[in-house]
Amino acid sequence: MNVFMPNTLAEACDLCAKQPDLIPLAGATDLLVHWPLRQSEHDKSYLDLSKLRELRKITWAADSLTLGALTTYWDVLQDSRAKSEFPLLCESARQVGAIQIQSRGTWAGNIANGSPAADGVPVLMAYDASVTLTSKSGARSVPLHEYYTGYRKSVRRTDELISTITMPLRKYDFSVFHKVGARRAQAITKIGLAVTREASAAAPWRVVANSVAATVKRCPAIEQLLQSASPIRKPDDFSSAIAADVTPIDDIRSTADYRRTVLARLLYHSLNGVCPSVT
Amino acid sequence: MQEHFIPSPIHDRSAAVSIRFNLNGRDVDIPIDPTERLLDTLRYRLKLPGSKEGCGEGECGACTVIIDDLPANACLIPTFQVRGCKVRTIESIPASSLQPMLEAGATQCGACTPGVVVTANWIKEHSDVLASNTMRALMAGNLCRCTGYDGIIDGLEKWIGKPPGGRS
Amino acid sequence: MQRLEGLSKLSGAERYLDDEPLEGTLKGCLWGMTVRSPASRGKIRQISYGSDFDWSHFVVVEPRDIPGPNETYLIENDQPVLAPGYVRHMHEAVALVAHEDRNLLRRAVASIQVEIDPDPPVLDFRIAPRPDQIQRGTDNIIKRLQIKKGDVHAAFANAYKIVEGEYETGAQEHVYIENNAMSAWMEEGPNGDVVVVRGSMQCPYYVLNALKHALQRDETRVRVIQAPTGGGFGGKEDYPSTIALHCALLALKARRPVKIIYDRSEDMAATPKRHPSLVRHKTAVAKDGRLLAQHIEVILDGGAYVTLSPVVLSRGIIHAAGPYFCENVLIESKAVLTNCVPYGAFRGFGAPQTIFACERQMDRIAHAVGLEPVEVRRINLLRDGQTTSTQQIVSGGTDRHALLDSAVRASDYDKHKRESEAFNKTHPYLRRGIGVATVLHGAGFTGNGEVYLNSKVDVGGRSDGKIEVLAASTEMGQGTNTAFTAIAAEAAGLNATDIVIGVPDTFRVPNSGPTVASRTVMVVGKLIERAIDDLAVQLGQNGKPLRGSALKAAISDWHKKNPGKELKGRATYAPPPNVKFDDKNYVGDAYATYAWGVCIAHVEVDLRTAAIRVLDFTAMQDIGKVINPVLAKGQVQGGVVQAIGWALSEEFKFKDGGMLNNTLTNYIIPTSDDVPPIRVIFHETPYPFGGGGAKGVGELPMDGPAPAILSAVAHATGADAKAIPLTPEKLLSLLPQNC
Repeated sequence: MNVFMPNTLAEACDLCAKQPDLIPLAGATDLLVHWPLRQSEHDKSYLDLSKLRELRKITWAADSLTLGALTTYWDVLQDSRAKSEFPLLCESARQVGAIQIQSRGTWAGNIANGSPAADGVPVLMAYDASVTLTSKSGARSVPLHEYYTGYRKSVRRTDELISTITMPLRKYDFSVFHKVGARRAQAITKIGLAVTREASAAAPWRVVANSVAATVKRCPAIEQLLQSASPIRKPDDFSSAIAADVTPIDDIRSTADYRRTVLARLLYHSLNGVCPSVT
Repeated sequence: MQEHFIPSPIHDRSAAVSIRFNLNGRDVDIPIDPTERLLDTLRYRLKLPGSKEGCGEGECGACTVIIDDLPANACLIPTFQVRGCKVRTIESIPASSLQPMLEAGATQCGACTPGVVVTANWIKEHSDVLASNTMRALMAGNLCRCTGYDGIIDGLEKWIGKPPGGRS
Repeated sequence: MQRLEGLSKLSGAERYLDDEPLEGTLKGCLWGMTVRSPASRGKIRQISYGSDFDWSHFVVVEPRDIPGPNETYLIENDQPVLAPGYVRHMHEAVALVAHEDRNLLRRAVASIQVEIDPDPPVLDFRIAPRPDQIQRGTDNIIKRLQIKKGDVHAAFANAYKIVEGEYETGAQEHVYIENNAMSAWMEEGPNGDVVVVRGSMQCPYYVLNALKHALQRDETRVRVIQAPTGGGFGGKEDYPSTIALHCALLALKARRPVKIIYDRSEDMAATPKRHPSLVRHKTAVAKDGRLLAQHIEVILDGGAYVTLSPVVLSRGIIHAAGPYFCENVLIESKAVLTNCVPYGAFRGFGAPQTIFACERQMDRIAHAVGLEPVEVRRINLLRDGQTTSTQQIVSGGTDRHALLDSAVRASDYDKHKRESEAFNKTHPYLRRGIGVATVLHGAGFTGNGEVYLNSKVDVGGRSDGKIEVLAASTEMGQGTNTAFTAIAAEAAGLNATDIVIGVPDTFRVPNSGPTVASRTVMVVGKLIERAIDDLAVQLGQNGKPLRGSALKAAISDWHKKNPGKELKGRATYAPPPNVKFDDKNYVGDAYATYAWGVCIAHVEVDLRTAAIRVLDFTAMQDIGKVINPVLAKGQVQGGVVQAIGWALSEEFKFKDGGMLNNTLTNYIIPTSDDVPPIRVIFHETPYPFGGGGAKGVGELPMDGPAPAILSAVAHATGADAKAIPLTPEKLLSLLPQNC
């Protein structure tokens, strides 16, 4: 195993440019699962980002919040403004694994790992986050809902690293996050849902679901349904929009049917009385 | 297959990386194999086997250690990542302080116990976290199969000095 | 008295096998690993060893390296030590490999391909096998047992109502936090070399017998020592024999020490589980709710080998009729061979499965006759003088009706019930409910089992005057050593500091029987009392036993007069008077005594997700005299939480009869945040033939929670669930659409 241990982002980008097979490593909470059994992965090359101090910053600007790529769940839970401005970040952070994972796992690592069950990604997406990808040749910003191109696939090139995550500071008059796992802590998401409604916007709803498609996914059909005035009187009234947006499967953790049904119920009960057409 | 076993030399793949960190208040500077997990470094290289391996997947918390003042699973940490860090293990907690946990029945088989005690001790040292988290939520990263958790929670309450929850 | 080894465990100083440095007896130690079957049934065509490795540097053991019969000694010796050319379940051990570099070993083992010519496996015990699936006798049945009392058929003719139901329980994994760990090395002894095995285990003499049999050595040439054991729950009852054999075979071939430490996924995939069950009830009920006849059919998935299935079935059927009086009972049962991972001992040993069915049936009987669930139990609970299904006359003085009443009071049953019903009328998606279960658990081995075991305990008087307890009963977290110390100190009239507990080592301790069946404190504890009596009488005059400081002084004096000699008191099991069981017809005293319990669960169901949360739990337990309140309470709380997991989340997912979800990420045991504080109340009815007046405590807590919780879910939602684990996915299908 080769491991490169840069001290600056520039060094890290140089290394990435030279060696496209480098696997970036932040909190390592995904990589090291059952590590002794995964001997073939011991032969790969890794890029340890954990000491890039410049990436471990939470920056509040006048119109945005920027999380450096090494920001952990615990860091956000300790930030006094996060709870009032971006409450869903705290709600999701609190439900990631348990404190031992919250202290090491990073938001950017959660994005980069690309699991459809990623706990941190739905709320970031619901807050309209964008990701800065930095390489030797510069930086570009990608809206998070356009980041994934398929199951564990993304627009990130091998010479790029996620350097920051930025969310616009906006007024939301409604937001909700649900994580449905097999237990209250230390659970992998069976169905996740994050919904925000931006105050005084033309298209106010953002609905994001996870563990119901190949990627964490924004749900345009559900968003449109909420925006339209068509009445929703029961959970099943979400069914066709859900079918248009997501493709849940049966797997080791749950069933497609459960995922669809519960997503509808969570939408219905969360929005009942909030969205005027849901009663 | 062969009838006679020919011993081979130990494959020492170590010494590829040299790292320095602070362990239980003392600086250590050691060569490690880059594939080594912190848990293995502690248990097999530094002969501190108090941290246990229950699952190797970051679920059970039996390997909980404190890194830069936060609990973490040593089975999920490549040792090279703790360079420059302060690492505290169960071995840094004196047995003499653990009487309240003992009296409440916080340990039975003992396999999860060191991890439980490390997390509990961290909660005790940062009891302000209890303003926004329940003890049961904070302890949820430490799976125990013997106690049903009451002994642990009662013990931690006693240890912190909080009056017990009023349950008979 | 505080747990003896408690501070050592809390401070991380306790040394489990994997914690020990490879020094001393483990100097030059190799790591051992197991090559396993990738299929559930078939002929092994070939084992191909990866070409990237120089295999002359590895120790490899195949069946032909086994000196004696390729059999794991247990009830029937049908389970091979290594599959002899034919596999019968996924992950069955096929070959063994050892090397001193653990990572290289992992790579080498991963390179080994086991090729199987498949035969059709049996993967569903509920379906009758096809001819090409028959692997035992003519019908794959491992064991049939029956209990018959009165005449059920006549009673059905006169019933006010007949209630029928079919209930299922799933496999359960123990999840002791210390994975299986074993070491073996060679020593020289007076009769030649000795294979020494030391590891994590419940039953050193089971391991000894297995080694004697397959290695063809007598007990002077095999030695078994228990290492500190991080949890068992039955999971380290029989399987350590297999791992010990594997380790010993590698050590014999390598002539070097060998250590086998399972990782979690191997431990979960390869070791035995709780038997899945299907139980059918047909009950004749009188208008007033009395049980007139119980016709019960019990089917257990016996797994790929016999292991302990016959005795699990036996305990299962004896508990199947519950703690109720019924004049006419017919229980028919069988354990069926399948090609699933072998099932073995797990806390409760068949009883939780049949009690689950019985208690769910009682709720449905209550519904059928319009009675409250507590009432139907009150009407039918056994009273002293009445008989169980095996016609055992219940005695012992426990007032089960008082037990039920005090559980109802302590749990605020009526108030919770009222408040839940009011809450459910107003809340959009949360539903609360309360449920009850009344249970019994036979303490010690079934029937004449204790007589056949013929357990022995020695106590040694040491030259410093202290008394050493020598028993093969093991500490695995349940508190054996602490309880034995308390019992011995009380019997000798000495302080706890004057008692020493000897390490279970078959060269030093007699066979006090396996550490199972909630028998340790009750049966072995009593033997300790009697062995101390024996010692005290030996040292006293004219048959008058010495106690206290006089005993201690006499022990020291004896050693001064007999330097270098051993002073021992001994005891061998003697059954309590008038306990008789006909184990052919299953009539009589199935157990010397029973522990009794009442469980009350208060739950909340989220209709959106069908997730069930236990809000409050009361366990009222009569376990005889409580020897150590902290330890006993811990046993109950831990058992209840283990049962909550079995009831709600611990779903064993099968693929080709093997465990698909063999990780702690995907096999869901409860965390501290998933369970409420467990309220434990003891009702103490001392049992004169148990150590310190105790009955068994270990298993009773496993029996009641699952049915009590499902009863509460039924009250909350109307969902009449008949199978566990009741995962949200399963409950969802029982709830109305559009919740």
